[in-house]
Amino acid sequence: MADTANIDTAETAEGISTKDFDKRAGSEHSESGTREVPIASLQSRESSPPPLPARPRQLSRPDRSPFGSYSRPSSAGGPRLASRATTAVSRADIQTKSYGDERPGGHLLPGSRGVSRQQSFSNLGRFVSNSKSDGGDSASIRSYIPTLEASGDVESLLGEVLSDYASPAWKKLDACALEQAGYFHDVTYEVDVLNDIFEREFDELEPSRPDGSNEEALMAQFRSKLKHFLILSSAGKPIYSRHGDDQLVTNYIGVVQTIISFYQGAKDGLKGFTAGDVRFVIMSKGPLNLVAISQLGESDAQLRAQLEALYMQILSTLTLPNMERMFSNRPSIDLRRPLQGTETLLSALADGFTRGSPSSLLSALECLRLRKTHRQVINNSMLKVRSQNLLYGLIVAGGKLVSVIRPKKHSLHPGDLELIFNMLFEAEGIKAGGGENWIPICLPGFNNTGFLYMYVSFLSATQPNHEVVERPSSRDEREEEIAILFISPNKEGFFELRQMKDDLVEQLQENGGMQSIRSAVVKGRPSCVDIAPGTVARHFLYKSKGNVQFAMPSYEPNFNTTLSRRRLLSLYHILHASVHVKNAHLKVQHCISRDSISLAWITPMFELFCVADPSASRNALAQAANKIIQWIRREEERVFIIGGAVF
Amino acid sequence: MAQRMQQGARPGGSRFAQFKLVLLGESAVGKSSLVLRFVKDQFDDYRESTIGAAFLTQTIALDENTTVKFEIWDTAGQERYKSLAPMYYRNANCAVVVYDITQASSLDKAKAWVKELQRQANENIIIALAGNKLDLVNESPDKRAIQTSDAEQYAREAGLLFFETSAKTATNVKELFTAIAKKLPMDQAGPRGIRAGQRPGVDLRPGDSSTSPTPGCNC
Repeated sequence: MADTANIDTAETAEGISTKDFDKRAGSEHSESGTREVPIASLQSRESSPPPLPARPRQLSRPDRSPFGSYSRPSSAGGPRLASRATTAVSRADIQTKSYGDERPGGHLLPGSRGVSRQQSFSNLGRFVSNSKSDGGDSASIRSYIPTLEASGDVESLLGEVLSDYASPAWKKLDACALEQAGYFHDVTYEVDVLNDIFEREFDELEPSRPDGSNEEALMAQFRSKLKHFLILSSAGKPIYSRHGDDQLVTNYIGVVQTIISFYQGAKDGLKGFTAGDVRFVIMSKGPLNLVAISQLGESDAQLRAQLEALYMQILSTLTLPNMERMFSNRPSIDLRRPLQGTETLLSALADGFTRGSPSSLLSALECLRLRKTHRQVINNSMLKVRSQNLLYGLIVAGGKLVSVIRPKKHSLHPGDLELIFNMLFEAEGIKAGGGENWIPICLPGFNNTGFLYMYVSFLSATQPNHEVVERPSSRDEREEEIAILFISPNKEGFFELRQMKDDLVEQLQENGGMQSIRSAVVKGRPSCVDIAPGTVARHFLYKSKGNVQFAMPSYEPNFNTTLSRRRLLSLYHILHASVHVKNAHLKVQHCISRDSISLAWITPMFELFCVADPSASRNALAQAANKIIQWIRREEERVFIIGGAVF
Repeated sequence: MAQRMQQGARPGGSRFAQFKLVLLGESAVGKSSLVLRFVKDQFDDYRESTIGAAFLTQTIALDENTTVKFEIWDTAGQERYKSLAPMYYRNANCAVVVYDITQASSLDKAKAWVKELQRQANENIIIALAGNKLDLVNESPDKRAIQTSDAEQYAREAGLLFFETSAKTATNVKELFTAIAKKLPMDQAGPRGIRAGQRPGVDLRPGDSSTSPTPGCNC
């Protein structure tokens, strides 16, 4: 295929020229518009595929009902109307400057659909096509073209990444903010309020009072959560709920169970449904039913992956045969007892998904950027002190992998590592007095039938002269912790592995390995500008498919708040979903919205997702993407662990 | 696992001994909090459940000449970890079995642990029974579910040390561990290898700066 060839050369040589780039983007689906440079060439390329038939505009959630929230009059009313009216002030401004609002395929299919937004201009024709669940087979492509190179755009970067996607959560957030703020003019205030709402997403509900006097308030709090996870047994017993106590969730569990079993009874398991603005995704795993309820606009596949991770967490506590035995002995068993104490692990995972995690989105790991020689020194130190019963040896710094040693025939499953990292860096269980820990854990990706034993010891990166005595409580500080993990099948192996840790630390101390880890941790991720000076890119995710690892720049300086990060991650989720729709053999996808311009670029080797200011041109973004690829090529052996050390 | 008790005499006539201690008891009775109070003199109002077991050490001076180092296994109380318990108490010189004085069922669980220890653990193991969360009862006496006298009587019958403690206010925590240390057989062993300074915690100071990478260079 011409496209593939293009991309391959791009990888090896200078990178794709922006012209190629546009062509490629164009060849996926043509577009047109009153735009200067590259567009003219688009239409001429080969024979552009025929325009796809009209589809309802439902992009971010292809499996949703064909008529997304846009067309629902109910959701257009009330606060949302108000918020739209307010933002329209700035939107109108922008149109004259740069680009307008989307109007689905107006020139191609005149009159086929209602004009979605009044402000659309007919000369800003855009091609929009997308898939929906009923077909399930069509590609989701969305290409927007700025009408002009916008300069001095008033909107802050990604201020409203998702407004175009009509993700209910953002509408809700916006609406709430409007109610509280009154104006949108004061941008900082607005952001503060949204932040506040989003931060409250993670607050625990207060306990129900026995007399039921706070029931209503609790319901309101419960309903205001943007995301819920429920786990119940197939007998309908509650096992886990992210929000709310038993009393509160019982009714919901009952309803969900009824719905699920209705379809199961018909031998036609229910996978998901939409109610109002809320997407429900259901996963049945043996005796468990897991339900994700989200207003954040993730795709079904993404939500399912999140449920899968929760399921893996349960297995890692119980092992599969154990759990199955419990249920076959007593189908009505209350699984909360055997799982007691792991609710925090489940919640830490769930909150990670709500906050948005590149690692779980890409199913890949991040490594600490280290010089190749330094990493070799560390690997060799670990191999040198390796004890008899070691299965895996890992050094992890702030959730980033520093070094791994493993037996030749076993590799590490990313899902397993996600569980371990969650346990170490998100949940607070391993904190008791800051000592060393010995943890029985089942790694379902490795073997879901038995336990392994994990030795964990933390070192502080910033206070080098002693081991951590009490672990820091804030997430940011934890970025600077170094954990040494040794996993062994021998449950009596604690003292052996403890000795190995002492030897390893001594080695690393002598050969400077510790120092290089520490300085890499303190240095943190490079910023986009460090990677490609003068780049328009504000953030990117690069996944190396072969290594199952990803790299990204620092969130700072552009994404400093939880909310802005969530918005960025939502954008990545949308890009990711659209290029991973079944049978969407997409290679390049370009998205332009009011608040950002973004790019997804998929090859057999890598996936790149890249975001820039809306004022950036497509050319500039394409150049930026090439620069990033070049940087990755140059740094490949530093940002990724290639092969790893085996014994 | 090797017997991890070592005793010896320091040159100056001082004695040093090292003992293995294990904490057992139902979940959420405050085992980790007791340890944290003992080792770090800290208290957290909200503490997540221990996962697996944590290993800590603390050294106390019994008198001018006597130093005792405890190697502590703080185990998780959940039922599912029960099968691992023998590993932690097998070579223990002493055990603290903890219950919550506001939860009647937790004493039953404690009694079961005592029974198991007396049957399975080291013959000479010193067992202390600790009724934790005394602060709650001091605040509102009607929260008490287990009378001091009942627990005391049980402890006497079973030959246990007994304290009511509060990890939150530090009541009786130091006393508990000191009483255990005093009861441990310090004198039996003759002078042996002194383990002072043997603490394997390695010096993590940056040390020689010659090995640190030159900043700015990436190769």
